[in-house]
Amino acid sequence: MLRFIGKRLWHGGLTLAALVTLTFFVMRLAPGGPFSRNRKISPEVQANIEAAFHLDEPLWMQFGRFVWGVVRLDLGPSTRHRDYSVNDLIASGLPYSLTIGFWAIIIAAMVGVSLGLASALRRNSATDYLAGTVGVVGIAIPIFVIGPVLQAVFAVRLDWLPVGGANDGWRSLILPVIVLALPNIAYISRLTRTSTIETLRENYIRTARAKGIGWRRTLWRHTLTGALLPVIAYLGPATAAIITGSILIETIFAVPGIGRHFVDAALNRDYPLVMGITLLYGAILILFNIATDVVRATLDPRIRNER
Amino acid sequence: MSADLAPIQSTSTMQLQLRRFRQNRLAMISVVVLALVTALCFFGPYAFPFTGEDADFDVISAPAEFKWPHLLGTDDFGRDLLVRVFEGGQVSLTIGFLGALVAGGIGVLYGAVAGYVGGRTEGLMMRLVEVLYGFPYVILVILLSLLFGGGTMALFAAIVFTLWLTPAVIVRAQAQSLAQREFVQAARAGGMTGPAIVLQHVVPNCLSSVIVYGSLLVPEVILSESFLSFLGIGIKEPQASWGNLIQAGTAAMDSDPRLLLLPGGLLAVVLLCLNFIADGLRDAFDPNDR
Repeated sequence: MLRFIGKRLWHGGLTLAALVTLTFFVMRLAPGGPFSRNRKISPEVQANIEAAFHLDEPLWMQFGRFVWGVVRLDLGPSTRHRDYSVNDLIASGLPYSLTIGFWAIIIAAMVGVSLGLASALRRNSATDYLAGTVGVVGIAIPIFVIGPVLQAVFAVRLDWLPVGGANDGWRSLILPVIVLALPNIAYISRLTRTSTIETLRENYIRTARAKGIGWRRTLWRHTLTGALLPVIAYLGPATAAIITGSILIETIFAVPGIGRHFVDAALNRDYPLVMGITLLYGAILILFNIATDVVRATLDPRIRNER
Repeated sequence: MSADLAPIQSTSTMQLQLRRFRQNRLAMISVVVLALVTALCFFGPYAFPFTGEDADFDVISAPAEFKWPHLLGTDDFGRDLLVRVFEGGQVSLTIGFLGALVAGGIGVLYGAVAGYVGGRTEGLMMRLVEVLYGFPYVILVILLSLLFGGGTMALFAAIVFTLWLTPAVIVRAQAQSLAQREFVQAARAGGMTGPAIVLQHVVPNCLSSVIVYGSLLVPEVILSESFLSFLGIGIKEPQASWGNLIQAGTAAMDSDPRLLLLPGGLLAVVLLCLNFIADGLRDAFDPNDR
């Protein structure tokens, strides 16, 4: 098991290194630079600014500087937000993004699994149709359509919840979390439903029932462990979906998190900030992928012995 | 004698699958609705005496009163909303289908070659896919569309580049087992070259899973396009796409919900249809999968 984790960590580290290197060079190759939009700067001033951010050095030196910065956990100054370092910006934005992402995953998992389980156990019942509708709607209506609609109804018309921002404590979390969780609820409930129905047909479930184990106990002890495997495998992709979604959510609800920072930074060629957030997102995603693999391997010996 | 013999009624697998698909009412309704929306988007604008980029300064922000010529009113530049939504639909649908086709094609070829060749080459090829898989999708697609300089082509290239991975993985697994089959061995013994075997034996035999997965790729591409345009990275004004129309609608949500609901609703309908069609195809091609 330790070897398994070690190997995954090693591969994950390589992936992260590849991601960061690619991002670094793609950013530099993309047309435009952090200060190319400023008008009416004399060439001397422009050169001074670029020297201050080491943009006049050859690319490989800049890359070396970046890698050395990562080693010291110092991601450098932001080129767009004057007087702020990338570390400051991430430290101030990350708590908002993490809180929303955390609750969205928890709610998606709980609601999704219960909906899927209920509809698998009572096929063609009202619950099944409800779950089916939620599944279809959640997948077909994108976050950036349902988000503004809910915002207009519950925040503007009914005035029950804040429109956006993060100044109202937990109340400002409700809409972003629900909207972010919705597509994942849809996906998880569909996944749970199919895999539960499949597992219930397995021979070992019939054996368990034939041995005289009660229905309830078979469900909790035998069916669920098998049925939830694909759902756990979805945890990795779900993290990626949450990252994608949080960029939209933070734009729609004006949350001061790091997702919106990323888009702004990419559009404004804020190289250090883009690198910092890429590193962070990449690390989070890779860690979750590894965690998913480890959990699956503990539950299912076939995966553990695969390689 | 033999001349009057009726030809033996045989049904190929493909015909069987098509018949199964036709019996799926939800999927068939979706096909009809999708065809209608597509026809409206592509032919609808010809019915109007202006394009979606023509500003009519006499009727700025006209409400939806179903009065000719601005049936559903205009936006705050005086541009006709309905025509803009149609033209946006042309962009979104074209990118969706073309993107799925190109990404699917690249993925299928890559996967088929990797699975057929096997050995060290396959290991290397799939390691690349694995590494790209570990990347956060948003970051990759945003960076690539910046690299290609923004605009429609850049967006298209970025989406294709990020979405060919899954078809490659699916096809590789199948190609791997096909490479061991007798008919492929026979073809090799008969002197057929590698590329010919891949194109004529491996790819056609993976086709059903490719069609099923490809139909899921279309909504994914459309969603990516509108997602990026919504963030201001994809298709830019004055050219319309569902993504940037939704974005403009979001800004005016509380004063004029129609600007959001029309493009957003149409996008949701198209995504819904595509998902039902994909479900129907999966059931038709792979009845054991339910």
